[in-house]
Amino acid sequence: MSWFPRDQWYVAAYGSEIAHDLFTRTVCGEPILFWRTRDGSVTAMPDRCVHRRFPLSQPPSRLVDDQVVCGYHGFTYDSGGKCVAVPGQARIPRTARLLPYPVVEQDSFVWVFIGDPANADASRIPRAPWLVDPGYTTVCGMEPLGARYGLLVDNLLDLSHETYLHGGYIGTPEVASTPINTSVDEDAGVISVSRRMDDAECPPFYSKSTGLQGRIARWQDIEYMPPCLYTLHSRIAPVGSVPRADGTDPDAFHVEVVYAITPETETSTHDFWAVARDFALGDEEVSAFLAESNRTVVLQDVEALNVLEKVIAAEPEGFQELSINIDTGGLAARRVLGRLCEKS
Amino acid sequence: MKTTTGRRVFRIHWVPGTDRLHATCHCAAEREFEDPVELWEWLLAHPEGHTP
Ligand code: FES
Ligand SMILES: [Fe+2]
Ligand SMILES: [Zn+2]
Repeated sequence: MSWFPRDQWYVAAYGSEIAHDLFTRTVCGEPILFWRTRDGSVTAMPDRCVHRRFPLSQPPSRLVDDQVVCGYHGFTYDSGGKCVAVPGQARIPRTARLLPYPVVEQDSFVWVFIGDPANADASRIPRAPWLVDPGYTTVCGMEPLGARYGLLVDNLLDLSHETYLHGGYIGTPEVASTPINTSVDEDAGVISVSRRMDDAECPPFYSKSTGLQGRIARWQDIEYMPPCLYTLHSRIAPVGSVPRADGTDPDAFHVEVVYAITPETETSTHDFWAVARDFALGDEEVSAFLAESNRTVVLQDVEALNVLEKVIAAEPEGFQELSINIDTGGLAARRVLGRLCEKS
Repeated sequence: MKTTTGRRVFRIHWVPGTDRLHATCHCAAEREFEDPVELWEWLLAHPEGHTP
């Protein structure tokens, strides 16, 4: 059993982070080297030279056209990870090659497959189409989290914590006091948690961005596709307004909140977040406000979870917890993740 | 043991106005709980004890 689910796709970066330059990020304990080749595609291979394991992202290692030259003794690799030159001799050992990771750029993310490349099926990558849809404007970021990924999953699947941890930002009393409905689709691998507040206070996050004043209908529909992708379909509307029978919803504001939860090490996580909206398109002021507010909220979670990680790490395994109704979705996610880890 | 949709979906509704959770298995068995941990134990034991 592994501490993370193997044979799965994980978000390693935003596509915008990777240019024609060496870039490294550790995913599920594996340090990975990336660069964007001259033809625009993203490469992914181990960030360790086969010779003496010097990191290929570490200066004076450098990129020359589409080859990376190790900064220690000069082993040189092409974009497929094949060693094409070694110092002092003409013969290149047959085993001198870095095994590339399957990599797919989709919905603004760079996804890598951690596991046996033979099992990498790109059609299994979950989608977040809003992030590149011209009908939406997106702000995004990534915060390093010093806590195991499971704590972020717990956190995101139970939004009742918004009332307490994010009071005055996105939390209002109704979030914690409104019952949830949960479902687990075993075949599709989706955990859904839905909370529909029909008459709620409008938190500043939404009043300032939408201009709605007074009470609102606020729907939060979560879909978590373990292990990595979490989406929150947030619907904000005047009280009493519901989507029309034909599926359109002209009186409402829609925000698609996307998280990618990527384990870095056993006790640290890359916390990717994105907020896509279908209103105030291209409005820089609204973008700046939502980016700043959401980052603040993410950092409130990061701070709390960093503390929680330290507490948990100091306690014996399986320390007693107590679960209540709000934890129904989180418990489902833990079970699904546990099963994926067992298979690994 | 699949429903007519052919999907295995577990559903849990929080019964309005109460503290109880109503669980429905994909085999259509249903039961109410006050503790989500017990609820998941029962759901995951399917088909054991799941007479609709
Ligand atoms: S460690 Fe890379 S060439 Fe020696
Ligand atoms: Fe939070
Ligand atoms: Zn059943």
